[in-house]
Amino acid sequence: MKILVAVKRVVDHNVRIRVRPDGKGVETTGVRMSMNPFCKHAVEAAVQLAEKGQASEIVVASIGPKASTDVILTALAMGAHRGILVETDASLETLAIAKLLAKVIEEEQPELVLLGKQAVDDDSNHVGQMLAALTERPQATFASEITLEGDRLSVTREVDYGRETIALSLPAIVTADLRLNTPRNAALPMVMKARSKPLAVRPASELAVDLAPRLIVEKISPPSERVAGSTIGSVDALAALIAADVKAMEAL
Amino acid sequence: MSVLLLADVDNGVLSPATARIVSAAAQLGPVDLFVPGPPAAAEAAASLAGVRKVMVNANSLLADSLVATLSGLAEGYTYLVSSASSQGKDVMPRLAASLDIQPVTDIIAIEGENRFTRPIYAGNALETVSDPQARHVLTFRASAFRPAAAAGPAPIEALENTIQSVVAFIAGHRTESDIPDLSTAQIVVGGGVSVGSAEGFQLIEKLGKTLGAAIGATRAAVDAGYAPNDWQVGQTGKIIAPDLYIAVGISGALQHLAGIQGAKKIIAINSDPEAPIVKIADVVLIGDLFEIVPKLTAELEKLDLDRA
Ligand SMILES: Cc1cc2nc3c(=O)[nH]c(=O)nc-3n(C[C@H](O)[C@H](O)[C@H](O)COP(=O)(O)OP(=O)(O)OC[C@H]3O[C@@H](n4cnc5c(N)ncnc54)[C@H](O)[C@@H]3O)c2cc1C
Repeated sequence: MKILVAVKRVVDHNVRIRVRPDGKGVETTGVRMSMNPFCKHAVEAAVQLAEKGQASEIVVASIGPKASTDVILTALAMGAHRGILVETDASLETLAIAKLLAKVIEEEQPELVLLGKQAVDDDSNHVGQMLAALTERPQATFASEITLEGDRLSVTREVDYGRETIALSLPAIVTADLRLNTPRNAALPMVMKARSKPLAVRPASELAVDLAPRLIVEKISPPSERVAGSTIGSVDALAALIAADVKAMEAL
Repeated sequence: MSVLLLADVDNGVLSPATARIVSAAAQLGPVDLFVPGPPAAAEAAASLAGVRKVMVNANSLLADSLVATLSGLAEGYTYLVSSASSQGKDVMPRLAASLDIQPVTDIIAIEGENRFTRPIYAGNALETVSDPQARHVLTFRASAFRPAAAAGPAPIEALENTIQSVVAFIAGHRTESDIPDLSTAQIVVGGGVSVGSAEGFQLIEKLGKTLGAAIGATRAAVDAGYAPNDWQVGQTGKIIAPDLYIAVGISGALQHLAGIQGAKKIIAINSDPEAPIVKIADVVLIGDLFEIVPKLTAELEKLDLDRA
């Protein structure tokens, strides 16, 4: 089975982001970038399927500027076999991303496509679902467990009411949640080896997709800040304060 | 400018978030609801102010069949909307792509006819977009809107079930409890990984019970198996906006804070005066949760708040 994993380069999730004073975006110069955490879980899931002998090839694709080569190399060091960078400096909307990935899927014909459930920059949580629509494949989002039996996939999903398990046939699209696995840190020899794995770079313009944005971003603004309040000295005082709050709520 | 709204049904009951999504959607036009659930859920939906008509079909539950059903109904609607619930997140982007529409999701404010604000970067920035597309696919964050009032019942129309899902539903594992709904609760007590065990979480639940509160948890507590995943509050869990949030043994990582930005008041109980949550909480009690929480619960029980 061939697996395609999509990965995104984002501001590292440990960085405290700052909105630019011009309101046009967030500060990204000199800021640490890394692979979107959810994408890492998707890569790890693919590598584990390969280790079980259930996947023969893992192709990892990223859409973004040249610098996104970094995150492809990370995935190759984790165990993916080959990389594709669809290169563009434009900031693309999720529909355009899904359309580009659909083109890659058309060419590569993977049986399984794995993605992170959301990117921690735009927090959209769209691309897997959109890709499923464009390729007319079944989807399983927010996966916390995947098992493959023949060409049938059993996926446990994290949903609002708890968990649910669904079965779908391949080819399919699955998006990863955090509990799916613990992504490995590639050892140095794997990092070195990653550099010799094939990595194709293709300009996004070559894929004949309309990339024009549909929405107009008017402004990016900081949220209202919370400031530190007071410390309280005793449990009794805290109980009295909570009781007063509860009474005030009931009075409304 | 009418609106087609996909309702959330939980265990056969219309989810309390739906009334809030109806009130958001009603700002855009008259609202027709599609209810994937039993007649009782449809009746509850029909009694919300702003609802023009309810369409009900108890059978189509999974993303692909819901999308097929909604696209069949979509003609004539300017807005296709839902809650940013796990169902809304599963279904609406798929629907949008199938109609070649770029969706706007997780909206927390309607700024104008087609101008919306949504949080990005775990709520550390707010993005205001305008959507000039002819039709709009939107999801709203329930906690950011007030529930619609009750009104005279709107007509209910039963739809025939014609679309079969290609995905099979095998099993659901519901977290059974009589605790209030986390996304819409007025008071939430949250526990972190330092609570130490699933048994330890009973301390949190007991405190919650005296306050009639919902229970939340950090991702770390969920990963450790101390709390079910549907209690997770944060960037990738539930977003809540209670009047009061009591954070017990929670460090206040930015991914957790993303879920509680809308809380009116935050009380933190933490042994570390340097914890990030201390810098944003309204009231802080420094100390060991295993000493504080039982005492606090006993004190509050004495005060007999009449909320349990
Ligand atoms: C991509 C991504 C998404 C994430 N999404 C979420 C999310 O949605 N929600 C979420 O919560 N997290 C999320 N996380 C995890 C998040 O970064 C933190 O790891 C997590 O919130 C920390 O949980 P915690 O506060 O329980 O644990 P810790 O950070 O370990 O904090 C424990 C706290 O307990 C205090 N403490 C210890 N012992 C006691 C005691 N006896 N009495 C009182 N206080 C005590 C400590 O001082 C400390 O402040 C995400 C992480 C990533 C990478």
